[in-house]
Amino acid sequence: MTPATIAFAIAFYVAFLVLVLGTGYRIYGYLRVPAPLKIPTTPAPTTRGGVVLRLTREVLFFESLFKAGLWLWLCGWLFHAGLALVLARHLRYFTEPVWAWVVFLQPFGIYAGFALAAGLAGLWLRRVFVARVRYISTPSDHLMLALLLAIALSGLAMKFGAHTDIVAVKRFFLGLMYFDVQPLPADLLLYAHLVLVVLLMLVFPFSKLLHAPGVFFSPSRNQVDDPREHRHLAPWAARLDPKL
Amino acid sequence: MAAEVKAPPLRADTGAPQALVPGAMAASKPYLANAKMQQALGFPGELVDGWEERAIGRMGELLEQYRSLKVYMDACVHCGACADKCHYFIGTQDPLNMPVARQDLMRSVYRRYFTLPGKLFPKLVGARDLTREVLDQWFSYYNQCSECRRCSVFCPYGIDTAEVTMAAREIMDVVGLGQKYTNEIIGKVHRIGNNLGLPGPALADTLTGLEEDVKEETGVDVRFPLDEKGAEVLLVTPSADFFAEPHVDSLIGYAKVFHAAGIRWTLSSHASEAANFGLFIGNYDQLQTVALRIRDAALELGVKRIVVGECGHAWRVAYSYWNTLTGIGAGGDDPFAQMLQRQLDSRYRQPMHICELTFDLIGRGALRFDAEANDLRTVTFHDSCNVARASRMGDTPGGQFEIPRAIIRTVANRYVEMPSGTTHEQTYCCGGGGGLLSDELLDLRVKGALPRMEALQSVVGSHGVNFMATICAICKAQFSKVLPYYGFKMGMVGGVHQLVSTAIRLGPRT
Ligand code: SF4
Ligand code: SF4
Repeated sequence: MTPATIAFAIAFYVAFLVLVLGTGYRIYGYLRVPAPLKIPTTPAPTTRGGVVLRLTREVLFFESLFKAGLWLWLCGWLFHAGLALVLARHLRYFTEPVWAWVVFLQPFGIYAGFALAAGLAGLWLRRVFVARVRYISTPSDHLMLALLLAIALSGLAMKFGAHTDIVAVKRFFLGLMYFDVQPLPADLLLYAHLVLVVLLMLVFPFSKLLHAPGVFFSPSRNQVDDPREHRHLAPWAARLDPKL
Repeated sequence: MAAEVKAPPLRADTGAPQALVPGAMAASKPYLANAKMQQALGFPGELVDGWEERAIGRMGELLEQYRSLKVYMDACVHCGACADKCHYFIGTQDPLNMPVARQDLMRSVYRRYFTLPGKLFPKLVGARDLTREVLDQWFSYYNQCSECRRCSVFCPYGIDTAEVTMAAREIMDVVGLGQKYTNEIIGKVHRIGNNLGLPGPALADTLTGLEEDVKEETGVDVRFPLDEKGAEVLLVTPSADFFAEPHVDSLIGYAKVFHAAGIRWTLSSHASEAANFGLFIGNYDQLQTVALRIRDAALELGVKRIVVGECGHAWRVAYSYWNTLTGIGAGGDDPFAQMLQRQLDSRYRQPMHICELTFDLIGRGALRFDAEANDLRTVTFHDSCNVARASRMGDTPGGQFEIPRAIIRTVANRYVEMPSGTTHEQTYCCGGGGGLLSDELLDLRVKGALPRMEALQSVVGSHGVNFMATICAICKAQFSKVLPYYGFKMGMVGGVHQLVSTAIRLGPRT
């Protein structure tokens, strides 16, 4: 067992815990705090089912962003759709036997890698060249794009340039899942890819990446438009009702 | 304040992004509320010692009370989708009027005091201490947001800058930095019963005068009842309707509709105001206290229905919040709500918008019109933001767009729609909403009206539109003031029920 293998094993365990517990804690915060008033951005669905549809359109197609502008929508959607496919493709490193639908996705996942990188590049160009967006950007916004792009490019480089021993990589990750650490191939490109992924997992619960869970908790999107039919009361607000 | 208020030129290409002019509106701010106005609402009279700690403390409480604020502080990715959607940014080109930048005035502070990266690496994530400079920036730019929610339409997470603005104003209020216009008015509602400070006897006089005017003009005894117990409908309307132009013409319209349909109605001197500026300052207690007057009046007068006149934010409060705040609505299972809901007639929507009432009557054939009476007018409709994006009319989503338009088409023959992207859910604010309808903010108000004026210009040019109907007292007052800056006649703006009033037949059926 090389020191590198051990270091990566520990890093992934820690990063996984931070990601799950940290994000879980933030979600618990969103759940715990009530929305005292009805504030869906209208026109809004008048039923629960309608809200599920609204959120589904929002998450799958970025409906609101589409209204905002075509280029931003295109870059953002390419990046996220690409990311979703690439992540699905990576499931083959964590399943044995590999699920049929993951096998089916493999060839598409490759194109998705390029879509992801292209989308990111587009978003970054926008951030640099559109004065409005440049004005609101913080250093962390640029770093986040750099991090994601570096992950994408190092991954693509392994796929199309310097191949790595993916059978061993898979053994390493399956080993992690069964608490039986297996050697990780000594490959600088792979190391780089994995270090960056660990970093991403670590910053997730502390950063704007919280938009991913956040979208489901946004009252302007997830509330049913039925205030006249139902009395909507948060616990702290109910206590303020005048006594009869 | 700028010496001379001037309108920016109307642009031909309304969509084009503008160059940024940092600091363009840094000097724009409202008058401070004085100690008396502040204390009347339970706020400190001036900036308190230890205000920084107090402000952060209140922010922490709000983050535990409002899921919207908590999620919105975290979720923004700085994508910029909202950046060019605010009428104040379009009109002023000041980058701090971009919705996301406005939110960041608070988000930067949130990050510094409430998040780990902001505590450890403030520069990296754009976190800032709440200094006096930052607080002054808040006072300036959170009073350059009309809480119109246009930005929230385009944000992929629905982040609503209005929620952030309300939280910021609440925090400023509790440290003693109140806004004069809003806070003075809320005090008047508590003391006298309405925004304009019109006492009961004066209101009674005004209404008698209106009865005489209508009699003279039409020969018909149209009544304007006040405090009549046993009336079926309590009408709650913005107090501007009682005497401001063009508002009063809509009030006459409502009275004629009730008359023609044979509905017994009344106004209330106790609840002689539909407006609720508690919304604008984001203070739940004020919002509820002001709203409760209407509950009291309804119980006192024993009415079966509550109908709300033409007012944007008032309709938002009535439609979206009254059930929560006062039990005016249906479906309450607690004694407080049930006490009132048993009295109200559940066959009708509670509360009901005056446009819903008129529309339903038209549908039942209970009203007759001579639409030719409006033939001198070529009409367009300005969707008011709080009606469009924070409420509904009728039973299906979007009824708030269709119902007023259907009424206009019934009572007038010439109707023209302004360009898409400037109406319906994407409507541009009039530029004077959210508690900014004050003279010292005139420069901001004129500039903020730019996108609406451009849209209006396009239908004036193409179709000769000469009347812009709207259903909001603030829109009416704001447009009356700013239209002339853009070379339009101030009389171009008016209410939907002003058009109804012109065309409705009052005589007995033949
Ligand atoms: S709510 Fe309206 S005024 Fe306020 S930032 Fe958003 S678009 Fe601008
Ligand atoms: S659209 Fe939403 S996420 Fe994007 S910058 Fe504006 S507030 Fe932030």
